[in-house]
Amino acid sequence: MSMNAAAELQMSRLAMHKRRKLTNAVALIACVCAMAFGLFWLAWILIETIHLGLGGLNLAVFTEMTPPPMAETGGLLNAIAGSFVMVALATLLGTPIGVLAGIYLVEYGQKTWLGEFTRFINDILLSAPSIVVGLFIYAAVVAPTKHFSAYAGILALSLIVIPVVIRTTENMLALIPGALREAAYALGTPKWKVILSITLKAARAGVITGILLAVARISGETAPLLFTALSNQFWSSSLSEPTASLPVTIFKFALSPYENWQKLAWAGVFIITFGVLMLNIAARFLFANKK
Amino acid sequence: MMETKPGISENETIKISVKNLNFYYGKFHALKDISLEIPEKKVTAFIGPSGCGKSTLLRTFNRMFELYPEQRAEGEILIDGEDVIRSKVDISLIRAKVGMVFQKPTPFPMSIYENIAFGVRLFEKLTRVEMDERVEWALKKGALWTEVKDKLHQSGSGLSGGQQQRLCIARAVAIKPEILLLDEPCSALDPISTGKIEELIHELKSDYTVLIVTHNMQQAARCSDYTAYMYLGDLMEVGATSDIFMKPKRKETEDYITGRFG
Repeated sequence: MSMNAAAELQMSRLAMHKRRKLTNAVALIACVCAMAFGLFWLAWILIETIHLGLGGLNLAVFTEMTPPPMAETGGLLNAIAGSFVMVALATLLGTPIGVLAGIYLVEYGQKTWLGEFTRFINDILLSAPSIVVGLFIYAAVVAPTKHFSAYAGILALSLIVIPVVIRTTENMLALIPGALREAAYALGTPKWKVILSITLKAARAGVITGILLAVARISGETAPLLFTALSNQFWSSSLSEPTASLPVTIFKFALSPYENWQKLAWAGVFIITFGVLMLNIAARFLFANKK
Repeated sequence: MMETKPGISENETIKISVKNLNFYYGKFHALKDISLEIPEKKVTAFIGPSGCGKSTLLRTFNRMFELYPEQRAEGEILIDGEDVIRSKVDISLIRAKVGMVFQKPTPFPMSIYENIAFGVRLFEKLTRVEMDERVEWALKKGALWTEVKDKLHQSGSGLSGGQQQRLCIARAVAIKPEILLLDEPCSALDPISTGKIEELIHELKSDYTVLIVTHNMQQAARCSDYTAYMYLGDLMEVGATSDIFMKPKRKETEDYITGRFG
């Protein structure tokens, strides 16, 4: 009797096991297909970018201003410089605000209505299309001053940086175990110092990664700059002038019928893609090292 | 509700005196009218089944519960005659006097040296040499010095669990508290590390009043002078450890200690 029962149990186990193996195989195949689908397009984009981008790339791209249509020479110097300055200043402006707001959400505003409200607004801002941000700055800054400027571009870009940094700072700080905070308080550490020296320090790799990803995100943004910094065929000597940027220049040049402009557009695409790729790798490297 | 004084020997100096302490987690009444006296420079162990309020009681001595707005304490906790609960003294200064070590080791994200120096810098301005001496002194007190003296500037999280816990004890000792609260300090450790920490507790009591919460009754028997048995938020019995373990006054205590319950 018990022999029978044991054999029956064994049979049932084998049947279940077979079923489980089948399900496992199906799921695994689906996963691999999904991965291959994603990688296929990514690889295609990279190959096309390298293929067409490298062709347009030469020293003049980094040393000369954007040329008029059908010119023999010309580069992207003003666009590269404009992008660099605007991205750097937008990050410089947005990061402290984002980090401070993230700290508020985790360490002070937990469960308060202001905290919940801020988190809700931030979620909306995070998913707002960047063209909306661009139009907002146009209406709020460019229209009243009647002037496109790098300042307006910086404001628009920082409005994209802030929610990203808030979200990552918040998530990273929330990961720090409460026990670590308690241990710091138990030594008699004041709250500001617990946050600055313990929680933020423990979360710094994640926070910096978030900032780098925000930088990567705004380096390729075109829409917020179209209505704010506009573009400039020449070197902008001041932040209050319309300023060229790589994404907007690419947009303008790629849509043009002139061959030299199209070539430069591809060179610009290559520079942005490569820069963003490097930033992402740096962020990953940093995170892997510290975690 | 319980006679407490008779449990404590006549010739002890009382360091902490708890009077009619009630504690609430929101609406939940976690500590019920606790009164208790804790002698100076002795080890007092708190035992009892999970959820009986041992850790809750420990966390009132340095007002740790204040971090959570829904928790509150009523009653008095006198340390050297001064009420901690209603004290106007800055909470940091109370915590400098009442150190705490937690269940899981909590090394700060910095070097071993900085882990010790961090707390010291909050309260004292020391020269480089004085700080080096203090770090060495604290690590020796924590029975960790010989193991880490060559890698003081490596990260504290690279140490083993037992070493991390001794680092936390050294960190608490470094700011020269008078009382040490140990909340199940060995529960995450292997037997060898546990043995080291128990030895350490034994040495610490010559300078500090030590309060230890433990799930391990043998540990309470081994390293404490006094033991308090708690159950469902009540303090059931407190007395010399030998008395509690050999001839408990209450049936409930005996049942718990002999393993018939809990």
